[in-house]
Amino acid sequence: MSFWKRLFRKTPRPSPDLAKTAPLDGGILGQAPPVRGVRRMVLGAAQSTGIERTHNEDALFYMIGRADGQEPLPEFGIFVVADGMGGHRSGEVASAISVRTVARKITADTIVHLFDAEPATEAPSLQELVQEALEEANLAVVDRVPGGGTTLTVAVRLGQQITIGHVGDSRAYLITRDEARALTRDHSLVQRLVELEQLTEEEAALHPQRNVLWNAIGQGANLKVDVFNQPVPHGGYMLVCSDGLWGTVPENEIRKIVLGASDPQTACDQLVQAANGAGGPDNITAILIYFPAD
Amino acid sequence: MRRITRTLDGQPGETGQLGTMQPGVTLQDRYLVLGTLGSGGMSSVYRGRDLHFPNVTKLVAIKEMINPASDPTMYEMVVRNFEREADLLATLSHPSIPRIYDYFTQDSSSFLIMEFIEGRDLEALLRETAEPLPEAQVVAWAIEMCDVLTYLHNHQPQPVIFRDVKPSNIMVDNHSRIRLIDFGIARIFSPGQKGTMIGTEGYSPPEQYRGEASPAGDIYALGATLHHLLTRRDPRAEAPFSFSDRPVRDLNPAVSPEVTQVIEKALEYDPHDRYPTTEAMKNALLAAARHTGLLVSAKTAAVVQPRSDVQELWSFECEDEIRGGPYYHNGSVYVGCYDNNLYAFDSKSGEFQWKYPTEGGITGRPAAFDDLVYVGSEDHRLHAVTANRGKLAWTYYTEGPIRSSLVIWEGYIFLGSDDAHVHVVNVSNGRRAWRAEAAGPVRSTPCVAEDRVYFGCETGDFYCVDFRGELKWRFRAKRAVTSSPVIVDGVVYFGSMDWTLYAIEAEGGWQLWRFRMGKPTISSPAFSEGKVFIGCADNNIYAIDARSARESWRFATEHQVTGSPIVHEDSVYVGSVDGSLYCIDMRSGRKRWQFHTGGPITGTPMIAGGIVYVGSIDHKLYALLA
Repeated sequence: MSFWKRLFRKTPRPSPDLAKTAPLDGGILGQAPPVRGVRRMVLGAAQSTGIERTHNEDALFYMIGRADGQEPLPEFGIFVVADGMGGHRSGEVASAISVRTVARKITADTIVHLFDAEPATEAPSLQELVQEALEEANLAVVDRVPGGGTTLTVAVRLGQQITIGHVGDSRAYLITRDEARALTRDHSLVQRLVELEQLTEEEAALHPQRNVLWNAIGQGANLKVDVFNQPVPHGGYMLVCSDGLWGTVPENEIRKIVLGASDPQTACDQLVQAANGAGGPDNITAILIYFPAD
Repeated sequence: MRRITRTLDGQPGETGQLGTMQPGVTLQDRYLVLGTLGSGGMSSVYRGRDLHFPNVTKLVAIKEMINPASDPTMYEMVVRNFEREADLLATLSHPSIPRIYDYFTQDSSSFLIMEFIEGRDLEALLRETAEPLPEAQVVAWAIEMCDVLTYLHNHQPQPVIFRDVKPSNIMVDNHSRIRLIDFGIARIFSPGQKGTMIGTEGYSPPEQYRGEASPAGDIYALGATLHHLLTRRDPRAEAPFSFSDRPVRDLNPAVSPEVTQVIEKALEYDPHDRYPTTEAMKNALLAAARHTGLLVSAKTAAVVQPRSDVQELWSFECEDEIRGGPYYHNGSVYVGCYDNNLYAFDSKSGEFQWKYPTEGGITGRPAAFDDLVYVGSEDHRLHAVTANRGKLAWTYYTEGPIRSSLVIWEGYIFLGSDDAHVHVVNVSNGRRAWRAEAAGPVRSTPCVAEDRVYFGCETGDFYCVDFRGELKWRFRAKRAVTSSPVIVDGVVYFGSMDWTLYAIEAEGGWQLWRFRMGKPTISSPAFSEGKVFIGCADNNIYAIDARSARESWRFATEHQVTGSPIVHEDSVYVGSVDGSLYCIDMRSGRKRWQFHTGGPITGTPMIAGGIVYVGSIDHKLYALLA
């Protein structure tokens, strides 16, 4: 948007009733006007135990940063969602340990090195680091929470690329004006059956074994980590969420909420509300990142 | 609140009191429990003794199933179902099926008394051995399995579908004969599954999850079992229905192609594509066994086509080797030669137009803009000559031989030189705009995109500079980067002499992934449809998925691939030191055609107007129909 348009654009006026009682709208708070052309990604996050569950077994972590000045750093961020499983509270421990392990590894081995003056020669690639981080989480869960398991989806933004690591059936979505597209592939039995055209999406959504995963952190050897890259979707969103959201709120509804909300935090709050409104059968976690257009 | 009800190493989950009958317990005043054989899910199996035979030790297997129903009506229903199944089992008579002696229900458990089989199940056998099971043995078991399944599928009045063929349900007795155990009767007792779980059946056919049970499903599960036995790869630890991703012979090359084919057919996703009956599968196994028994590893020799099946339009012989790539511009093709000359030909007819002598060998690809043609030479100079006549317009000096190719962008020529600089030269007057320093000779062709210039050098350093030549970032490969980078969607791809293809985030220089090849490479990558194509001195041309760094395919030539691939429509074109230009299907990696020249090809081909142009060390430039 041009400077002049930004100066003179109409701001939606709140209805008089609300203006008296409502606190400041999150949209107004979240959308600081761009200062001297500096634009940044904007993030929202929300979590809820849901209606039917008594424990929250989901876990999340995020961190964003940038540096401007003589030696600027392009924007970076880490976004992690994990959804634990296993009796006797081992699910919540598994997801928490995994998120912490992954966040620690990626921070220590990439984010910290952003501040180095000279690039390291023998550094492994980001994809290798993400892979190793999820493998470490797997070992940690096997070691400390036998019988526990967790899904984990991590997105690491460095500059113009997002590196995604994924195990299980939490999802990373790309949301634009035109579509909400899952970037990750569920490691579930029914997803495989859909891929083989043995089930339709509709049948899969209702299948009695829809919760059966064939791949999860905590299962020991043979962990299969999906790692891939995605260019930063300028002018679009990335949503990382657990199945308590995507399994409850239809994708087009998710997209409508995201695009309709005044800012990512409001969107996340509304997404959680929508999932709970639909019965809240599971824990709900959502991290939503908006990437400004160039 | 999710639960794990089964873990992969077969430990029982959080279920009831299983396997808890202690030795010494007697059931129905007749069956004495001697010990536990195993337990899992909702059932346990014990070794027992039938006390009706007081003078001998008659061993029996006692299977206990716990009735989970608390509601009396449900409880009754489970018991009735159990009895119906047990009645059916009792009527079966086949040497591979253990006999049923008795059944009864007592308190919250139902019991099945069966023939005791000395031996081990195949899962235990896999666990206890390290070497692949011998193919002949597995095929013999498979044939027996087909026999017993044929018996079950032809059972009257109703066929019996086993539904659960897997190694742990197949016993090998002391005579090395197989016995089918566990007729899924325990299924009646399993509670509905709730919550997310890890682990899938692994052996079950896709259609079973739609609730379909048919002989074709047992055939699939048998195929899955054979795959597991021969490859030792547990399908429960892999993505479901992914057998085709792990061909038997990739994991165990000792297995014959014939037997592999039988297994693959049994594992088809569509039940109609499998064997119609277990009898048909048995016959196929017998045929394969006979065939392989006769012919010991008779490999069909790969047929090498002596001459190409592609049309040559024209060729022209220069006075020395053509090492670099040709360049098409306005109806002419230009190519540099090691005889120091830059040649111009009519692109359609191949008619010689002119040649321009430099004072050194030419290894790079020329470039052209409007009515000037440019070429770098080992005489240290960049030469600009007129496109129509080949008359010198101007030259630009660097302080070392020029071996990189040229790139023209926004009115400037970008080139690397052995003087350890990238030079940026005005196209019309040959004046230097700026130059950027590197740690060593720059033979990699610079890549220009979005106000940035990317290039590698012979020390292994890789640079990103802005349009004033100011360094933005630097990345270090372990050895020389002669390969020229390409940039797509904010990612720079290039190869290195350190055997690696790198993917680097273009803005900050972060390494996203690296792909290790079998040898060094100086080939420059090409990009299309999400894949990166690159040649390597290990003789291969690789196709790598740009998102995940996974190999999509590789194509083996007969010598090093030092030239660079190009993509045109859905084909990859690349020359090899084996002397051939290859045209490869971009998606499958299959060869479309191959064209033999008289010497190694080290340059990059060019395609224009449906014609491929390629130079060869045999001194010739060839024009072929793409």
